[in-house]
Amino acid sequence: MSTMIEIQHLKKYFQTPRGMLHAVDDVSFKIEKGKTMGVVGESGCGKSTLGRTIIHLLESTDGKIFLEDEDITHIDSTKLHAVREKMQIIFQDPYSSLNPRFTIRQTIKEPLILTKRFSKTEIEEQTDRLMEMVGIEKRLYHAYPHELDGGRRQRVGIGRALALSPKFIVCDEPVSSLDVSIQAQVLNLLMDLQEQVGLTYMFVTHNLSVVRHISDDICVMYLGQLVETSPSKELFRIQLHPYSKALLSAIPSIDIHKPKNRIIIKGELVSPIEPQPGCRFASRCQYAIEQCKEPQKLEELLPNHFVSCCRAREINKL
Amino acid sequence: MHEKLKDNRILLSIEDLFVEYTLDKKIVHAVNGISFSLEKGKTLGLVGETGAGKTTIAKSIMRILPEPQGQIRKGKIMFHDTDVLSLSDTQMRSIRGEKIAMIFQDPMTSLNPVMRISNQIAEMITLHTDYNKAQSRKRAIEMLQLVGISADRADEYPHQFSGGMKQRVVIAMALACRPELLLADEPTTALDVTIQAQVIELINNLKQQYNTSLIMITHDLGIVSEVCDDVAVIYAGQIVECGKKEEIFDHPAHPYTRGLFESLPDLSKDVKRLNPIRGLPPDPTNLPIGCKFAPRCPYVEPACTQTEIQMAKFAQREHHLCRCRVFID
Repeated sequence: MSTMIEIQHLKKYFQTPRGMLHAVDDVSFKIEKGKTMGVVGESGCGKSTLGRTIIHLLESTDGKIFLEDEDITHIDSTKLHAVREKMQIIFQDPYSSLNPRFTIRQTIKEPLILTKRFSKTEIEEQTDRLMEMVGIEKRLYHAYPHELDGGRRQRVGIGRALALSPKFIVCDEPVSSLDVSIQAQVLNLLMDLQEQVGLTYMFVTHNLSVVRHISDDICVMYLGQLVETSPSKELFRIQLHPYSKALLSAIPSIDIHKPKNRIIIKGELVSPIEPQPGCRFASRCQYAIEQCKEPQKLEELLPNHFVSCCRAREINKL
Repeated sequence: MHEKLKDNRILLSIEDLFVEYTLDKKIVHAVNGISFSLEKGKTLGLVGETGAGKTTIAKSIMRILPEPQGQIRKGKIMFHDTDVLSLSDTQMRSIRGEKIAMIFQDPMTSLNPVMRISNQIAEMITLHTDYNKAQSRKRAIEMLQLVGISADRADEYPHQFSGGMKQRVVIAMALACRPELLLADEPTTALDVTIQAQVIELINNLKQQYNTSLIMITHDLGIVSEVCDDVAVIYAGQIVECGKKEEIFDHPAHPYTRGLFESLPDLSKDVKRLNPIRGLPPDPTNLPIGCKFAPRCPYVEPACTQTEIQMAKFAQREHHLCRCRVFID
């Protein structure tokens, strides 16, 4: 199997009046073709910034990005146009990510026009095909975004992302603003499309049950750092990092008979501005010791299961 | 759940409530004949999706529907022995905040941004009790400590707190006068899971400590399973199924309730495809005759769309009611 996306030591810092904000700090991973990488973490952990940096909506501060083994970290604007056709994004909020003055057909059509590769008839045919693919009824072809419900708007967002047959799509919380019954419809659509066209997804979300359902592999992020990564099933079987343990135990379960072993983490996120070296979770971690103040390394403790915690071996009795 | 008998364990009972909104000359039928009752110290979960009418029910109880668009057309809201709908505005003001308090979904917009949090809580205590300024302030700080905010942060402004802490401030404010009934409208939806877990634990502890009755409005069945005793599933302004939590979670009967459970990715099972409810909720300005869920229901029969369907009881389960003619045998 070949690699679709690889990032190495990727960093994205933002200059703020109070100092440098470390939004993404030294994150490395690979996504194989046709697979889905789930990125989970709480608001402010840098998961959206990571997605946006990979597809060049934001310029990376340091590190490398490879698309199909080609280094795309620094590219000029002509090259960027070509790369953008291969990498797309579906945004969280289907209300603010559509142009309110475009009909949904115009929105889906726009990328096809901009690429200047298609004739007029081809554009029309292609648009029809896309709208059918994402399940938008014919009667809505000339509707405006405000006339649609959230689920249909998200379908428009997906249609637009698919217009130029990309290979890699960053899904940035695509179902978070939808009701559960509609959420399931959109998740099924995304999975069907992946099967039909062999898409590769990076699925950014804070919803852990969704991420387990859709992902092959999962990265857990905390304040800009990757704390644990493993195949999805493996992570739900055993979490090695204290933060992942707490995060997964916090999901409210619909099983009323299962005993709850909830780990409540105290306190709140610390500031990502000019953070101290070492583990950023340490201030809230029940296992924290002096050694946690030193920079942590991502280690493979179980096959394909990496964790960045100096006490992980000891805590998990490995 | 709904009984005619006078029962002094019952704190709140709603009878046949109808609420409408008038928008652009169209009538939105938001609540269509809701009845339920809540015992002292118990927690009822109102579950449903966007637009089902959950928040409208809570706002009707608090009498804070937007006027003149929102109108209660029919029904009674009995709090103890008084119908809150018959009270004057002045009488209502002495109940609101003191006896019945509400926590809103978005903590960012339910606090005054230019007022110190201690003053916001103290203001409410001064209004509803005979405490003087100093006593109110002392009580406000106690309340903040109770929800885990240290006294030295009491004089900060809302923007200095994170989302989870703001929601704690709102909870502290809601509980400051020890209300008998707390209405929590999606109190954790805007929060991260680990913070949500903190807030749920806090609400559970405070509920036990003060024996407060709680109505938890949520779309998240996981939260219902964690905090509620009773459940009412709402669809298009009607209760479609209600009962004890165990009855609903172990034996979901209404096709909509079943659909909700099946739409959730299950953490303990590997399912390749989810089984979503097809279609969309009905247009509240033009509700179908008969079962409101019929257009989306996989088990629909012609008779479902001819007359209104009544709630019916299950023989084998004491409190379990369901509004469906196909699944009631």
